[in-house]
Amino acid sequence: MTMSFYTIYAMWRDADLVGRMQSVTDSDVRRTLSKRTLTADDFLCLLSPAAEAHLEAMARKAHGLTMAQFGRTMVLYTPLYLSNYCTNGCVYCSFNHKNRIDRRQLSLDEVEDEARAISASGLKHILILTGDAPSIASVDYIADCCRVLDRYFTAIGIEIYALTEDEYRRLIAAGADSLTLYQETYNERLYAELHPKGPKRDYGFRLDAPERACRAAMRAVNVGALLGLDDWHRDAFFTGLHAHYLQDRYPETEISASLPRIRPHVGGFQPGCVVEDRHLVQIMTAMRLFMPRLGIAISTRESAGFRDRLLPLGVTRMSAGSCTAVGGHIDEDNGTGQFEISDERTVPEMVAMLQQAGWQPVYKDWQSLGRLVS
Amino acid sequence: MHTNNSSDTLTIGGRSFDSRLLIGTGKYPSDEMIPDIITASGSQIITVALRRVDFRATTDNVMHHIPDSMQLLPNTSGARNADEAVRIARLARATGCGNWIKIEVIPDNLHLLPDGHQTLLATETLVKDGFVVLPYINADPVVARQLEDAGAAAVMPLGAPIGTNQGLTTREMLHIIIDTINVPVVVDAGIGKPSQACDAMEMGADACLVNTAIASAGDPVAMAGAFAAAIRAGREACLSGTGSVGIQATASSPLTGFLYE
Amino acid sequence: MEIRLNGKPERLTGAITVGDLIREKGLDPETVVVEHNLAIITTVDFDQVWLEDNDNLEILKFVGGG
Repeated sequence: MTMSFYTIYAMWRDADLVGRMQSVTDSDVRRTLSKRTLTADDFLCLLSPAAEAHLEAMARKAHGLTMAQFGRTMVLYTPLYLSNYCTNGCVYCSFNHKNRIDRRQLSLDEVEDEARAISASGLKHILILTGDAPSIASVDYIADCCRVLDRYFTAIGIEIYALTEDEYRRLIAAGADSLTLYQETYNERLYAELHPKGPKRDYGFRLDAPERACRAAMRAVNVGALLGLDDWHRDAFFTGLHAHYLQDRYPETEISASLPRIRPHVGGFQPGCVVEDRHLVQIMTAMRLFMPRLGIAISTRESAGFRDRLLPLGVTRMSAGSCTAVGGHIDEDNGTGQFEISDERTVPEMVAMLQQAGWQPVYKDWQSLGRLVS
Repeated sequence: MHTNNSSDTLTIGGRSFDSRLLIGTGKYPSDEMIPDIITASGSQIITVALRRVDFRATTDNVMHHIPDSMQLLPNTSGARNADEAVRIARLARATGCGNWIKIEVIPDNLHLLPDGHQTLLATETLVKDGFVVLPYINADPVVARQLEDAGAAAVMPLGAPIGTNQGLTTREMLHIIIDTINVPVVVDAGIGKPSQACDAMEMGADACLVNTAIASAGDPVAMAGAFAAAIRAGREACLSGTGSVGIQATASSPLTGFLYE
Repeated sequence: MEIRLNGKPERLTGAITVGDLIREKGLDPETVVVEHNLAIITTVDFDQVWLEDNDNLEILKFVGGG
């Protein structure tokens, strides 16, 4: 594979992105807002400080595009942490191997118990997560978990350490059909500082993983950066470019982006910048205008009130009933979560909120032929 | 639309051109006016067709009226499938006129619409055979992408069926093609008026091919000049970035007002 | 002998080359391209190719087109 998103990243990395954004004028923003199809330069324009004054106009256009492409629907899913063993030293994460927390990995029976509890809520989409410990939470273990979950859910997403194309194929064969993988930060230099130890140090291997998943015929791929590690303007821009690159090269794959903002966690890491609420709105609406067909996910990192306000602005998937500790859907005492959850609403509470707001909660968006559960 | 050279030349198959108007040589009242058409149009790329010699008129030859400096673009008109197109392309190249070919596979005599599938097959074969391939297609973004992936040097989507002068009836699809295809997009067929060519260029097309509208005009030479001006105007408008359509100003901000409460 | 020339039967009085036939028809060899039994023959070979009974010959040239 000769082409990689890195080629595009490198082209823009050396451009003075922040400087370019500073020089965007009000009339540049107006012109961009009346365009039909946006280029990368237009996307940059909408992320710039000058665009902050046009949030309402961006929001209206984003709302219109989201209604046209997705309607008033919201896909619901819940994350299930299978294992928090980790060999990485990511300075911003609770699961950092140096942090003294209880380490656990669910047995297949425990996975099944969790599955039973979660699917009782009606949810059909699950997202499974692990730390980066391939000798413990191995690809075989994850595949076994997929096979168990396959009996309870119609769509299984994986958010795990970066794999090879063959490994993705194995998990797809075991029932996985979507991949979530955050580059954390696209800033190569900062990435090296934030990941001092462990396999995750390999920036390029991680960067190319979503593309490997596309080539392995993963049905859906979700990218993102942890906003706040670097200047959010840069990481939001590269997230959009990365999604655009994948959508262009793999039109048969459903591409989406997440916009996680860094949250309180174990360990003393201080974020590089603060991402205010209005910045998140600007990022989301700019992304919607840049890529009308992009799925956009907002997790329970965000508060209930804020998530509710984001509904009309372009979100297409939301998690509910979340717990970021291992297991956690049965047992009250769950151990340490990967990050603090802000929106603690249960699935029924989320459903009620959505229906009240005029949205249709979607429990099942996808089912591959041949799945056992209906 | 992708412009990355400061002098805004059109580059196809490794050759650069100043003119973004391609012309044909069909349907003229007389081939003798072709040199004047070329001068008035400023065109540098010209299409011809390959036909069996008419033994009753053996001295006629359109090539006498085409200067050597023109880039010749023979078409495969007459081909009803990929094999015939490939055969015609190889014959055209054997004349020694160059290796450019416009693939026209038109099995439909009623509407003269091209067969995208056969066009793709012919393109794959001819690209491998070293031709600079410009396929003529319906304005189908999926087919355009397949042709780009197969190595076509440009794509030529129609604005409307050949000879109808209806203008850009395929406008929405042309937008998508212009936005998603990286090789030059040459709008070919159906352009009936200079304003339509100007419109195509404003939308971001890289060039237009005009034959019928010039050949059937009352004064073809003057019309060729009009098309050249229209295409230059449309191109300059596209490059200078059209102004914003007014954004409604409202006092309230229902969607984002909460951010400032 | 009889050949097919541009899709029609053509009687030939004796053994001739492609080049002979082209000149006989009043054509300039530089302006035509020839397909002999589906194989392309270029100008340099016109005088080397002898026509035989039942040969299929296509003689083509450029004409106006869009």
